[in-house]
Amino acid sequence: MSAPHAIGVETLHMTKRFGDFTALDEVSIRIAPGSFHALLGENGAGKSTLVKCMMGFYQPTAGQMLIDGREAEIRNPRDAHAAGLGMVYQHFTLVPSLTAAENLVIAREDAPAVIDWKKEREGLQAFVETMPFRVALDQPVNRLSAGEKQKLELLKQLYLGRHFLILDEPTSVLTPSEADELLGMVRGLTSAGALTCLMITHKFREVTAFADAVSVLRRGAHVGGGRVGELTHDDMAAMMIGDKTLTRSAARAGEKGDVVLSLEGISAADRSGLKTIDVDSLHVAAGEVVGIAGVSGNGQMELMEVLTGQRPVSRGSVSVKSVTFRGTRRQARELKVRFLPEEPLQNACAGRMSVAENLSFRSYDLNGKGTRFWLDRAAMGRLAVRLVDAFKVKTASIESPIASLSGGNVQRAVLARELSDEVDLLIIANPCFGLDFSAVAEIRARIMAARNAGAAVLLISEDLDEILELSDRVLVMSEGRIAYETSIETLDVGELGRHMAGHA
Amino acid sequence: MSETDLGVWTVLIAMLGGAIRVSTPYIFVSLGECLTERSGRINLGLEGTLVFGAMSGYAIAYETGSAWAGVLAAALAGTLFGLFHGWVCKLPKVNDIAIGIALMLLGMGLAFFFGKPYIQPVAPDLPTIALGAWSSSPQVEAALRINVLFVVGIALAFFIAWMLRSTRIGLVIRVVGDSADAARAMGISVDRVRLLATAAGGALAGIGGAYLSLYYPGSWNEGVSSGQGLMAVALVIFARWSPVNCIWAALLFGAAGALGPALQSVGVSSGYYLSYAAPYVLTLILLIATSSTTRAVRGAPGELSITK
Repeated sequence: MSAPHAIGVETLHMTKRFGDFTALDEVSIRIAPGSFHALLGENGAGKSTLVKCMMGFYQPTAGQMLIDGREAEIRNPRDAHAAGLGMVYQHFTLVPSLTAAENLVIAREDAPAVIDWKKEREGLQAFVETMPFRVALDQPVNRLSAGEKQKLELLKQLYLGRHFLILDEPTSVLTPSEADELLGMVRGLTSAGALTCLMITHKFREVTAFADAVSVLRRGAHVGGGRVGELTHDDMAAMMIGDKTLTRSAARAGEKGDVVLSLEGISAADRSGLKTIDVDSLHVAAGEVVGIAGVSGNGQMELMEVLTGQRPVSRGSVSVKSVTFRGTRRQARELKVRFLPEEPLQNACAGRMSVAENLSFRSYDLNGKGTRFWLDRAAMGRLAVRLVDAFKVKTASIESPIASLSGGNVQRAVLARELSDEVDLLIIANPCFGLDFSAVAEIRARIMAARNAGAAVLLISEDLDEILELSDRVLVMSEGRIAYETSIETLDVGELGRHMAGHA
Repeated sequence: MSETDLGVWTVLIAMLGGAIRVSTPYIFVSLGECLTERSGRINLGLEGTLVFGAMSGYAIAYETGSAWAGVLAAALAGTLFGLFHGWVCKLPKVNDIAIGIALMLLGMGLAFFFGKPYIQPVAPDLPTIALGAWSSSPQVEAALRINVLFVVGIALAFFIAWMLRSTRIGLVIRVVGDSADAARAMGISVDRVRLLATAAGGALAGIGGAYLSLYYPGSWNEGVSSGQGLMAVALVIFARWSPVNCIWAALLFGAAGALGPALQSVGVSSGYYLSYAAPYVLTLILLIATSSTTRAVRGAPGELSITK
């Protein structure tokens, strides 16, 4: 392995066109060796295109790249790796059933034909000792938490001898404390001169807390940047979104009504089957948002599954308007219950079916009176056009497969479907994961509007800011239980944090 | 020793011997299937490969007078079937399960077509190792006469387990089987690895077939296989995709398969036909007992189309 030395990279007038569409327009960015550089931009601003050109996944239509001041030709990812460039993706590239050690060794280009595990383990151990963080080497990756996986991804790049790292939204799947820990490590490595880092992100907080410099892209063009200390959040936001106005969360209106959702003495097995999720009592009334905060993996996902009827309960019951709710389509329709699960592409869509088909999942078998046998394609199309319009879903056509849409647009489409009719109960999990902030503001405004129209809203989220912005009442889930409850007026963030960490 | 005691012992010894005899093709086919599935593809055509291997092995052994030449021919035939399966599955929008079923029928059809002239002739048997020579009891002696291929199969299971753990090829197969995206990101050609793994799996299934026609039952006819190639798929799931577990699973299935003949040998005749169903009943019971409605199967390769 070569001695640690950070690499500087510069792009000159880099342009990438896909047909008539210019994804990247003469972008020139200089990333100094040993710096922690943030790349900001909305969804579709060209950040991914830029880094894919740098890594050799795409060939730029025009423009050059300099590595350590010398012109470099990167024809494919292999060339990029040879030049010391590496990338940590938003989605994990680790092999789930292999152990951390196996993942590291097999990623090496000179992996030996017969692996002497004793020797390799010693080598890995020695390497890990030089790192500022630890990862359990003998655990299969699928048993590691998201934070540990992301650390292992980082460790893998360093193990492979890469000294210029591109991090693509590395914290989107991490809890705030995991994110701070990870970025702190990267920060430490860059200031020690062992690494240069280019991080794609949406989060201003991370930029100001960890990065040295920032570049902002908008619609494929480099619109500004500079040293982090010289820019305020407002400056960066202005550069990112240009002159459009953000949708503000609507003001709260309306009175709290009758209890719509109530859970009594629920007990269910968790994912591992070893622990249980116990919710003694949970009530959500019409016209209020109840937020469930908590660090990921404390039973929120299982609670969501209990509510949707995907997870059997060993005790207790879920009732909606005093009727036992089993999560069938028919019940959901009659009781006007709607869901927005996390990762909607996996959990609320059929990826290869068209946008129009996905949008009519709630209504395709109805004809106003009862259920229908033959589909009414024309009506499905009309509904899709109306919803796509009303919710500003960006799609090439309503016949495109929904999987081809960007994350924010899938979220908008699902929200459009779920909010298209009268809603009495809306159950939402992590609605804004990985979305850029104008999409976030818009989706939150829609949720607020549903509340003001008299819906009972249960919001399960790992994003504390989101909980604080939307909720009327906040509950904390910790180790499968509701550990704390407070109304938003009397909420103390410190107290909340202690309960989330399980220390109270 | 009373009459009934002797009966129980005879049945147990016969079952042990039977387990070893019957399990050998299971071991080979399940190891082949295990290897293929660890690369993320499922080959349901192994039943056809097995039958074709039985026919070609028998034919070549008869023509050359050497049982080992027959085994080699069966392995070669199996490789060709595996390569064909792997090559077809490389084409876009091809489903490996559907191709497997087509190949199963093709393999059986071809074997019956080319095998007609070999139903009468007698080919040489595969050699055995007499581990029971110390015993005076002919039953024990017969039970412990072990075929060389059984020993090879066990050694192979441990070899494959070692290979998957401690060689680059083994890790590459596991990477491809678990996450094709990760494999592509590493620059591994997913289709090539699967092609070769399917070919190797086919070769093993072919050898399993040669065992059927050259040792036990030891002749070529159209009913030579009793579905070992298909049950191997269930067996691999039961073995949780571990080659070493495949041995135990195969022995268990072998013992269940030997129950019928063993009961017959001590003169139990009423309803003994029912005991021939034991392996199939066992398959059903095991798959139901080890299934779960809330969890995915543990140890399953992530890319497998049946568990995705």
